[in-house]
Amino acid sequence: MFKDKTSLMMTLLKGRTLIVLVLLLIFFSVANDNFLSTNTLLLLAKHVALYGILAIGMTYVIITGGIDLSVGAVVGLAGMIAGGMIQNGVTLQFAGVTLYFSVPMVVILTIIVGAFIGWLNGIIITKFGVAPFIATLGTMYMARGWAMLHSNGATYSSLAGNEALGNTGFSFFGSRIAEIPVGALILVVIAIIAHILLKKTVFGWHIFAIGGNEKAAKLSGVKVDKVKILVYIFSAVCAAIVGLITASQLEAAHPATGETWEMNAIAAAVLGGTSMAGGIGTIGGTIVGAFVIGVISDGMVMCGVSEFWQMIIKGLVIILAVIIDQFQRNMEAKMALQARNESKD
Amino acid sequence: MAVNITNGPDVCLHAEKISKIYPGTKALDEVSFNVYKGKVNVLIGENGAGKSTLMKIIAGIEQESEGELFMGEEKVHFDDVTEAREHGIGIIHQELNLFPNLAVYQNIFMAKERKKGTVGLDNEYHIKETKRIMEKLQHPLDPHTIVGDLRVGQQQMIEIARNLIQDDLKILIMDEPTSSLSEQEVQVLFKIMRELTAEGISIVYISHRLEEIMQIGDYVTVLRDGKLVDSAAVEDIDISWIVQKMVGKGKSYPKRAGNIDWSARETVLEVKDLSLPKKGGGWLLDKVSFQLKKGEILGIYGLMGAGRTEIFECIMGLRPEHTGEVILNGETLNIKSITEQIDRGFALIPEDRQREGLVQTMDIGKNLSLSSLKNYAKGIFLKSKEEEANIDEIIDEIHIKVADKRLPILSLSGGNQQKVVIGKGIMTNPKILLLDEPSRGIDIGAKTDVFEIMNHFADAGLSLLVVSSELEEIKSIADRIIVLSNGIKTAELAGDEITEDRLVMASYEGHNSGKKN
Repeated sequence: MFKDKTSLMMTLLKGRTLIVLVLLLIFFSVANDNFLSTNTLLLLAKHVALYGILAIGMTYVIITGGIDLSVGAVVGLAGMIAGGMIQNGVTLQFAGVTLYFSVPMVVILTIIVGAFIGWLNGIIITKFGVAPFIATLGTMYMARGWAMLHSNGATYSSLAGNEALGNTGFSFFGSRIAEIPVGALILVVIAIIAHILLKKTVFGWHIFAIGGNEKAAKLSGVKVDKVKILVYIFSAVCAAIVGLITASQLEAAHPATGETWEMNAIAAAVLGGTSMAGGIGTIGGTIVGAFVIGVISDGMVMCGVSEFWQMIIKGLVIILAVIIDQFQRNMEAKMALQARNESKD
Repeated sequence: MAVNITNGPDVCLHAEKISKIYPGTKALDEVSFNVYKGKVNVLIGENGAGKSTLMKIIAGIEQESEGELFMGEEKVHFDDVTEAREHGIGIIHQELNLFPNLAVYQNIFMAKERKKGTVGLDNEYHIKETKRIMEKLQHPLDPHTIVGDLRVGQQQMIEIARNLIQDDLKILIMDEPTSSLSEQEVQVLFKIMRELTAEGISIVYISHRLEEIMQIGDYVTVLRDGKLVDSAAVEDIDISWIVQKMVGKGKSYPKRAGNIDWSARETVLEVKDLSLPKKGGGWLLDKVSFQLKKGEILGIYGLMGAGRTEIFECIMGLRPEHTGEVILNGETLNIKSITEQIDRGFALIPEDRQREGLVQTMDIGKNLSLSSLKNYAKGIFLKSKEEEANIDEIIDEIHIKVADKRLPILSLSGGNQQKVVIGKGIMTNPKILLLDEPSRGIDIGAKTDVFEIMNHFADAGLSLLVVSSELEEIKSIADRIIVLSNGIKTAELAGDEITEDRLVMASYEGHNSGKKN
């Protein structure tokens, strides 16, 4: 099946995250009898859904060669926007009325707010030439501040809605359909859409081209600014959706929700083989990466490992993943060079 | 062929039957080479011929698999660059290895610092020595100048200076030092090379520019496919000898048919009074006008910075601040963006293949279809079959040597990479193809291929604008040539009017006429 050792090694390297995931599942199922139960796995899916969705948006951004630090804050902001609309409605001072929206309307408005932050990121990065790290660091603080201002730092805790106001049903996103958490279903839907968009459309290939060589992409007629802005909007919309799911699961919206989640999203993307230099990455890889992080967290919790050790181990796994990634790229470069020498006549 | 290269008293370094074996390939196959004392020893060959490998072995960067090196009667072997440097061998790489963020004196003494006490730097000495050496090189520079602020030619001098601070320099290897220099800077460099050889320093010189070799070289050694082809004193040979030895057969650039009545052809593109302001006053382009006929190849010749690339940038919509008219098939264009210009039928083949032409992370096929992707879109989805078919077609049409179009782009040789960049432009079905130095950094075989592609598409009715700084090339490929100098069009030549003298004369004219802004 394999021509030689190198191609066997390459196959193993490429599938490494999946191999790690399987090994982790085996390890934890041995360490704890209950680990492979349906219940645990469904709970795992519920957890993974959150940063899995974030990581999908992040993967798009990283493939263009950028980074989006604002997603965690957008999660918090989205929860507050939705929570505020359900609990207190929107008061129009000049008209002296308070409007209550139905849940679908709340969802749409929340996603629009998220998209706005993404658009802002895109504009700051493309039109003003600010480095993505700095631009999204700025909007991260701004979005978090907005979330805090929304309730003066308080939590919205009555998200059940009111029959009389016609805004019940928000808890749907935190519920289960046939035992499967709705969040996990949303993850699956977004992952499929994101994968097809990336691989089968002009937009997707333009994303790869920009990350591989922005200058060449521009000279080839790729509308670099437009594609980048859309990518940051996509990432922020993913974050807003996560914000909605989180608030729904907790039936409460707290302005500090989502702090440091952007780091989990970056970690999942990188574990999944997305290159921080841009131009390389897959949605499938990112999902597997998200599950690796999820299994480590949940598995260690079940085995009674302290949260502090979990952090150390997570850090080690991420660094190890990147080291192996470098190794793989060196090997690929060497193979390309070899092919080039052989084709010389 | 009996090429006898033996050690002798006038030889500074003698390489005896050097072989270098990489896994799977033999980069050098029993190559003998002499570095003559106080001479400019030229090493020439197509890309992949083994020049760089041989240089790296002499400079200690790589080690020979078989064979021996002699300096005088003494047998030598260098395990690393430091050992080679101890024997008086220095190398200047094609890509300058300088620290643009540091001052001139810091660059020159990097890793060769003189200390004061145990940790302190003796900068007084560094600065004094820098002044002395730069004066010796006739490039007096303030040692405190930041290297990034210098012109490329000046930076090259810094590289030379780095090799001169130790007095024992015997051999200086220069790998394509003129590839990014202007004509004046090249002449200054040659003068300095002459001074170095007069002091008894031997120079090993690698270049693709044949005219330069005739001007500066003393001895020429030709390599092909890792083997020594021939070696001769420059006074005994001419350019066609070198070309013939390099390509192995009597190959020359394809020539355009000269008997076409262009006045009867329709004008496809007309540029009127194209001007582009320079930052801080003056003009990068000063009222440049020209016409381009259907099926014509129009050459644009000029020195670096003459405004050649800027014409392309204006036409492609990268310089929205330009003034003047660009008329395509009788319609005056309002040029706003590059995407729009591609849709109108312009395609640009940029000068720098790696930085502007290719997306290194994508495969060969996707690099080819990148510019024309939206032609294969149905809704938001790609019609892959149609895309694949067109990619196969273009690979076939312009003879790109690929085993599989899904291989990474970097698995191709430089010449084939260049063909991919050209193919990408062709796939947009352009009316006008703009090529900026299409033969830069590719070997003679591939150059010939590229010119044949250009001829092929011109014959098929495409109009081409070509920028080139190589006289020999532009003379053979263009039907008509306009010369730019300092942003001004100084000549327009066709047919028999095209001579090297007139081209070179015209390329300096813009600097004389009128005072410098």
